[in-house]
Amino acid sequence: MSSVAAVGPESSGGTAPPPRKPPVLEIVGADVFYGRVQALHGVSLEVGEREIVALIGSNGAGKTTTLRLISGLNRPASGEVRLRGQAIHTLGAEKIARLGIGHAPEGRRLFPRMTVRENLQMGAFARRDRDGVSQDFGRVYRLFPRLRERQTQLAGSLSGGEQQMVAIGRALMSRPSILLLDEPSLGLSPILVDAIFEVINEINTAGTTILLIEQNALLALKTAARGYVLENGRIALSGPASDLLTSPDVQRAYLGM
Amino acid sequence: MAPAGLVPRVRRPTGAGRAIPVLRGMYRWASGNFPAILLLVIALTVIGVFLQGQGHDQGLTLMGLQLRNALVLGAIYALVAIGYTMVYGIIELINFAHGDVFTASGFYAILIATLFGLNGLAAGGPGGLVLALLILFPVVMLMSGLTGMIIERVAYRRLRSSPRLAPLITAIGVSFFLEGFMLTRAGPDNVPTGRSAWITTHAFTFGGVSVSWKDIFVVAVALGLMFALGAFIRGTRLGKAMRSTAQDRDAALLCGININRTISVTFFIGSALAAAAAIVYTINLEFIQWNLGYRLGIIAFTAAVLGGIGNIVGAGLGGFLIGAIYVFGGQLVGGEWSEALIFAVLVIILTFRPVGLLGVEVTTRA
Repeated sequence: MSSVAAVGPESSGGTAPPPRKPPVLEIVGADVFYGRVQALHGVSLEVGEREIVALIGSNGAGKTTTLRLISGLNRPASGEVRLRGQAIHTLGAEKIARLGIGHAPEGRRLFPRMTVRENLQMGAFARRDRDGVSQDFGRVYRLFPRLRERQTQLAGSLSGGEQQMVAIGRALMSRPSILLLDEPSLGLSPILVDAIFEVINEINTAGTTILLIEQNALLALKTAARGYVLENGRIALSGPASDLLTSPDVQRAYLGM
Repeated sequence: MAPAGLVPRVRRPTGAGRAIPVLRGMYRWASGNFPAILLLVIALTVIGVFLQGQGHDQGLTLMGLQLRNALVLGAIYALVAIGYTMVYGIIELINFAHGDVFTASGFYAILIATLFGLNGLAAGGPGGLVLALLILFPVVMLMSGLTGMIIERVAYRRLRSSPRLAPLITAIGVSFFLEGFMLTRAGPDNVPTGRSAWITTHAFTFGGVSVSWKDIFVVAVALGLMFALGAFIRGTRLGKAMRSTAQDRDAALLCGININRTISVTFFIGSALAAAAAIVYTINLEFIQWNLGYRLGIIAFTAAVLGGIGNIVGAGLGGFLIGAIYVFGGQLVGGEWSEALIFAVLVIILTFRPVGLLGVEVTTRA
């Protein structure tokens, strides 16, 4: 593999396929168990550079487990997780976080007895570049002006929407190359949902790759370029988001049409 | 998040209180006004002590004397209580071995003092005393800190994702192991600390109450270390790692925090503070025994629960309050009742106010 890459596309002879840059994130045939219950069955997916990919499915389909697998909070019994071609599923979760995966987890999981500012600071915990961190503070406050007003407030006292902003902001503070978002729309008013998705698009436009989980399949597929449908821990469908939106199966099961 | 028996999710009257509305109302009232009621009871006890002394025309002197004693004792309880509360805060384990780490620290102090000839050094004047303390504190705190870290690594880490009862039982096992070990090494009898002669000078007398430098030293060490700990937890990276790990372990992992190292540091600090308490204890009293930490540990644990287990400021406050209850209560009803009073307080807290004085409502911790 590496020798082919070293030779380069021009000099590689005749029939050999040109070496493909590995996707930012790749899951290959992952099985995950909770005790004896199998939550994921041979799940494979990939996320390319600067893509927004949506992972949709009903409750309990394995969406959150998939994200936790990527972050190292769950371990695969078999299969691999690769970040830019490098296997990461054997590393500790804190090491994976330091490799540039930002994860805004299910239920937001803020530090309730820390202020908004401290929560954001924790997102940048592993970083040593003070200037970059203060730049990113500015960036997060620009994306979510509400958080600048609430800087000194305890995270536990925020409204649901504000907590979601902190969760996304905290994940951004590590300056991740890929951002994992677990149900950013959950429990928010329609207006806030629109605002959050606008910001998600903005983050992506600025260069961050995004893997998005949603129960709100319509919203997710409208935002994403590609999508995967999880059913009972298996990838049932995948393809460009526009195809999934018009697929009769998806329309019946997830879009209520 | 918390063991069902200790910190129930919802405070709710049980037994008769559930059935009888009047009792339910009384329970709510006692629970809601717990801090005020406790302070009132302590104040009444102090007044009782005053009146007792007033019978011999020495009310204020007796009160002042016991206040001094309460502060000295409370300082030691506070330092030990912080270790319980820090460990509980971060892994929700009541580390029953903590009291025995306190005892072990006392023996470490005797060992180091002998090894380095510190007793002779301390007797040689103020300079020598300061030098002896500057050697004794760091070395013994380091040894105890490492002891705590090793206990966590060997006995608790593997059980971190087990049901909560498993590490609790292991903690009791570690406690028995340490006590048995110290019993075989030091024997069943009192062991002279040799340190009670270190600081003997009288500082001042105020209203008939004589205060020695020893008393001032104990309280100053405790307060100094508590403020240092506060600054460490608020201001340093490791301190922030500890706070965030205590609040949400998975989220801390997602922020790139090394959980194992953070928990190790927590055990190190808690044990080092117990070591400081043990050193001031050996400077204050003439003997230690192999099972010293058993009861002292449970009393300090009560202080941690009183302050609100998991809350470091609460543990410090609880230590001094428990010291006051021990000393003033004992003076009022007889010293042999002191411990019974403390454990009665423990039962009352767990019944009426399991979150303690400054405890965090469990619902906000999830």
